[in-house]
Amino acid sequence: MSLRNIGVVYRKELTEAARDRRTLISSILIPLFLFPVLTFGIGYAFVEVAGEAAREPSKIMILGGEDSPDVVQELRKARNLRVLPRSADYVDQISDKKIRAAVDIPPGFQAAVARGDHPDVKIYIFKDDLKSMHGAIRIEKLFMEYRDTIVRGRLASDQLPESLMKPFDIEQQNVVSDEKVAGESYGGLITYLVILMSMTGAMYPAMDLTAGEKERGTMETILSSPIDRTHLVLGKFFVVLTASLATAMLSALSMGGSFSILSRLAKDQSIGEGFPMLTMHPKTVIAVFVMALPVAVLFSAVLMTISLFAKTFKEAQSYLTPMTFVVIVPAIAAVLPGIELTSKLALIPILNVSLLCKELVTGTYHWNYIALIFFCTCVYAGIALFLAVKMFQRESVLFSS
Amino acid sequence: MIEVRNLSKHFRDKKRGEIRAVEDVSFRCEPGQIYGLLGANGAGKTTTLRMLATILEPTSGTAIVCGHDIVEHPEKVRADVGFLSTATALYPRLTARELVQYFGRLNGLDDAILKTRVDKIFDRLDMNGFRDRRCDKLSTGMKQKTSIARTLVHNPAVMIFDEPTLGLDIMTARTITAFIRECRDLGKTVIFSTHIMSEVEKLCDVIGIIQNGRLLAEGTLQELREKYGERDLEEIFVKVVAPHYVSAEDH
Repeated sequence: MSLRNIGVVYRKELTEAARDRRTLISSILIPLFLFPVLTFGIGYAFVEVAGEAAREPSKIMILGGEDSPDVVQELRKARNLRVLPRSADYVDQISDKKIRAAVDIPPGFQAAVARGDHPDVKIYIFKDDLKSMHGAIRIEKLFMEYRDTIVRGRLASDQLPESLMKPFDIEQQNVVSDEKVAGESYGGLITYLVILMSMTGAMYPAMDLTAGEKERGTMETILSSPIDRTHLVLGKFFVVLTASLATAMLSALSMGGSFSILSRLAKDQSIGEGFPMLTMHPKTVIAVFVMALPVAVLFSAVLMTISLFAKTFKEAQSYLTPMTFVVIVPAIAAVLPGIELTSKLALIPILNVSLLCKELVTGTYHWNYIALIFFCTCVYAGIALFLAVKMFQRESVLFSS
Repeated sequence: MIEVRNLSKHFRDKKRGEIRAVEDVSFRCEPGQIYGLLGANGAGKTTTLRMLATILEPTSGTAIVCGHDIVEHPEKVRADVGFLSTATALYPRLTARELVQYFGRLNGLDDAILKTRVDKIFDRLDMNGFRDRRCDKLSTGMKQKTSIARTLVHNPAVMIFDEPTLGLDIMTARTITAFIRECRDLGKTVIFSTHIMSEVEKLCDVIGIIQNGRLLAEGTLQELREKYGERDLEEIFVKVVAPHYVSAEDH
């Protein structure tokens, strides 16, 4: 093994990569801007939208209720509701988000309640639409208050204690810090983005140094030099790894910086009250970056091996597109509620790191899992690198054109 | 010196089955001599030369290049060979000087020797005007000069040219043919493949006619003229090849 030869190839490939605008954009600019855009742009917008939905009165429609004036009066009086004139196309209006909900009061509702019957009130909504859900909750709250008033009156007339209505209370109390809540809900996804970025950083150079070299006709030039093919592929591999790690490091720094600024801003200006704010400790940033190391080796070797089969840069792009799904699916799986790191899941590449990120960001350090995942990923990375070296020895792969 | 011994190369193709690109080819080329490998497209010239440059591995047979076996010591062979073809492109984002230096380093030259060698080659080929210009900004002629400089930087004893003038304008092609002659005059062993008859007539000391991967005829131009009773090389070529001709696609 000649380190000198690997170094010669590495220096040359790095020089070329540094002169390539596309590599610089994917490895430096994107990771630097991704997290500020995510935190200040999307994050701020989300908090603002959520806040606006909470403040804005919900536009609703009342269907029926002509013979139940008290209830209708209560709905009209509510400051967080705006009652619009009744219209037959209320379903379309809810679908088109022109109104947020419609409440259907059955004929003779008040009289039926007074008699002690059990009438049904229906609320029509757009399920899972934030503003529609707000509207429904507000209507439901009003009706519950109305129900409580009636029950309270009945109890009073029978000279019974009000506690009969609610013999006991149940209260949920969060005992975990906001930081952990944020980590559990979305922190894992944010930190996993660093891992994801280590792949996007490796993707362009991996294609350029293999399929790109074939396309430009320089593969034959380099193969006619006395360098051993193992040294050649290792020199190239280290450049792809450098790009991958540079992207991961810049992403980690950008993530840490963005979240520390955002949490300070949130504290000072009371932005996003009630929204669990993610705190990014330097220890978490370092831990995520350390976990990104073997993953970057794995990505670099796999991407290079796949790209090597392509004859052109475009062909390599089409081969590598499915890789994006391989990386995104574990990210989605890891944010699904109920999925937690187990010793079996710790063996599944990428998913294990994705789940670990979720734990790291909540400040949980299961050292046995960390060691197992680090070791596993190193083994997978080693296998991938071995394959890359082997593929570089095959004429059918190098001269597939 | 190059001694090719029963060299064969077979490829596997999913649709067409086994392709015998080169079959049992043997010839010799001495130092100070230009051996011209003449053949139609798909005849097996490029595959033969790629095997001699150890870019491809032979299926059977071997060749001895400067005393090294191409199968057993491919790295040693490559250190003694300069390989130039229209397919050997340049790295677009390196300057002409960086590119030549890179190949010098790959050939194990240290920085002091490399600097002297590069300066000398750039002076000789009149390349100083564009030495620090990126290869993607060079004209075709400048690119060819840079390619020549790349093949010369490690001062190889053997030069292999695979259709080096293909697609070049006449002036650039003349630079290449002049360079090939110069290599012979410097005592290098030169192998040169082409399908352009006039180049072979002008340059080659020994001519080998290859078709369907087989070497069908070999000798000096005079020997071939006498053997086939034709003066014109093109007529000789047709006489040799016609009975065996299968188009490149069919082959």
